[in-house]
Amino acid sequence: MGIAATVRKFIATNGLGMALFMVLGVSFWVLVLVVLPQITMVDFSFRPKLPPAAIGGPQDVYTTANYEYFVKGNPGNPEGWNRVDVTVFWRTLVAAVFVTVFNFVLCYPVAYYMAKVATGSWARLLALSLVVPYWINEILRAFAFRIIFGDAGLINTVLKTLGVIDVSIDFIRADVALYAGLGYAYILLMIFPLYSAIESLDKNQIEAARDMGSPWWRIHWRIVMPFAKQGIVSGCTMVFMLSAGALAAPQILGGPSSLWFTQIIYQGFFEYFNWNRGAAYAIILLVSCMAIVLGVTKLVGGKAGEIGR
Amino acid sequence: MKSGVGVELENLWIKFGDFTAVRNATVRIEEGEFFSFLGPSGCGKTTILRTVSGFQEPSQGVVRIGGRNMAGIGPNKRPTALIFQNLALFPLMQVWENIAFALEVKGVPKAERRKRADELLELIALPGQGDKLVDELSGGQKQRVAVARALAAEPQVLLLDEPLSALDLKLRQHMRTELRAIQQRVGLTFIYITHDQGEALTMSDHIAVMREGVIEQVGDGKQIYDDPASAFVASFVGENNDFAGTVQAVDNGQAVVATAVGELQARIATAARGALKPGDSAMVFIRPENFTIVEAAKGNGDGNRIAATIANEEFEGQSYHVFLEGEGGAAIKMSLTNRGQARTASAVGQQVTLAYSPDQAVALPAGAMADEE
Ligand SMILES: Nc1ncnc2c1ncn2[C@@H]1O[C@H](COP(=O)(O)OP(=O)(O)OP(=O)(O)O)[C@@H](O)[C@H]1O
Ligand SMILES: [Mg+2]
Repeated sequence: MGIAATVRKFIATNGLGMALFMVLGVSFWVLVLVVLPQITMVDFSFRPKLPPAAIGGPQDVYTTANYEYFVKGNPGNPEGWNRVDVTVFWRTLVAAVFVTVFNFVLCYPVAYYMAKVATGSWARLLALSLVVPYWINEILRAFAFRIIFGDAGLINTVLKTLGVIDVSIDFIRADVALYAGLGYAYILLMIFPLYSAIESLDKNQIEAARDMGSPWWRIHWRIVMPFAKQGIVSGCTMVFMLSAGALAAPQILGGPSSLWFTQIIYQGFFEYFNWNRGAAYAIILLVSCMAIVLGVTKLVGGKAGEIGR
Repeated sequence: MKSGVGVELENLWIKFGDFTAVRNATVRIEEGEFFSFLGPSGCGKTTILRTVSGFQEPSQGVVRIGGRNMAGIGPNKRPTALIFQNLALFPLMQVWENIAFALEVKGVPKAERRKRADELLELIALPGQGDKLVDELSGGQKQRVAVARALAAEPQVLLLDEPLSALDLKLRQHMRTELRAIQQRVGLTFIYITHDQGEALTMSDHIAVMREGVIEQVGDGKQIYDDPASAFVASFVGENNDFAGTVQAVDNGQAVVATAVGELQARIATAARGALKPGDSAMVFIRPENFTIVEAAKGNGDGNRIAATIANEEFEGQSYHVFLEGEGGAAIKMSLTNRGQARTASAVGQQVTLAYSPDQAVALPAGAMADEE
């Protein structure tokens, strides 16, 4: 089909008004909201930080200095490498992986239960009870966690009343609050892809496996999980990307000693007003996360296109 | 390979909330036989099968397999293998992995699993197809893989839930023969579910006919067809003309029933012996193939003649059907085998007399009938 014919067919099936709206809307979305900001960020990251007067001047040339800074730190740095930033970066990725795995372990049984065990109004109630907390703002939810995990918070009070502990546990310093908050923040993004994948599995397959003597773990390992692979991949991807890129939860729930890499990016932008370095750091995080996701997806044999599903 | 064992259901009741899906079922299935449950949609066939395989707990009553009470024994611990209506093959596994799944569960090493799967592929006449994915097979091949997968579990009882219903007619007939052959080769007890009476009649050693959760009759195909135990069985299995009326006389195993088309004489079904008395409402069933046309215009009063007018004719290859209208508008169908003979010079509108042998007509107490489709 020629281009002209394709266009004509597109207009014929959607009507001229709708066709125009779709073309313009999609172009705006892709160009202005997706491509342009990314290009600007990349461009920023490869330029030096200059006073406004010097921008566009002879000093404004492309450089990899911002990326080098991430690895080496300041030129006079006696350690030879940027200990703080690299450590935080590394710790953030590991923590995000941990949060993702933790989230999966928590959500898989719930999703399975909702999809294959619960029935009727009980299932709907369960889904609703998962969604309702998300009607509250993310930052308020983080503060709620801070209160729950605080020195005189619910958990410490209960543990003390029960006589389990004498002195309050500092959940904030131990990062327990942070992990719990991050885990909780993205539960829905894990549960729903899992749920919709598992939901479409024919119940007879589970029963067939059981009929052939299979224990529960093998049914999940051999039948349910392979079937739900796309859902698992996309749920884990979303949780991993979002926890690695989270800012509010680490700000509010993070212990005094534990920086999240996003906080360093944030500092770059808004405390040092070094947008160029901030942009470089943001791109380092983005590219690393994408590399990890693609690598893992390839490892489990999925296709990159499945991530969005 | 293990050989089959018998299955007994004893006063089995299965309820879902207020709804009773199976009431008081008692059946004895002999070891190594091909046993069918036959009944219309929703009569509780699947429910019975799920109870035998352990997915459904009976509300009351006992399931015994090989003489052992199965109460509290889960589906993974029973010597049964269930073939689902939709087969439920594992689409992400290769054919051989599907077949060998039961062995994988038992921890059999891979090489041995593969060998056994290949043997079973041989048995179901699909040699060398083990590396395919399930979706690369045709409907009939999938069907056979499902059988092989179930056989690999070395069950003593194979349970089949309408496994042929998704196939087209030709393939279905072919698979009937094939399933029956496999059953005779492996000697297992097969419990087969179907709502297709032709399927039940051609394959089974014994058949249980069900209606609304009740087993109405258990017998071999001939008994069910020739000597139905209830009006429902008579109308559900095969084609039948039914004439409702009142019993006039009972004598020597035969009854005379006054119907809209006159007094009809018929043999009382074995199950109804002693149950029909003069004055009872009854039904006379006469199969289309048991009529002949006699030339006399009207031979009333013999008790085995019906006057009728030809309404229509239908040619169906090996047989042709004549649709007639009896007195009071009763619709009557008769079937003749096509032997290439000049057809009776029948014509629409012609008045004829139908004759039948009272031995081939069955009298039963009036009761629920199968829905005409
Ligand atoms: N889990 C259940 N909960 C409630 N009712 C059920 C359940 N399973 C089956 N039933 C009901 O029990 C009756 C018998 O169902 P069953 O599946 O045994 O029918 P069937 O004879 O196999 O029919 P078909 O030929 O259509 O498969 C039906 O009325 C059905 O609605
Ligand atoms: Mg059924």
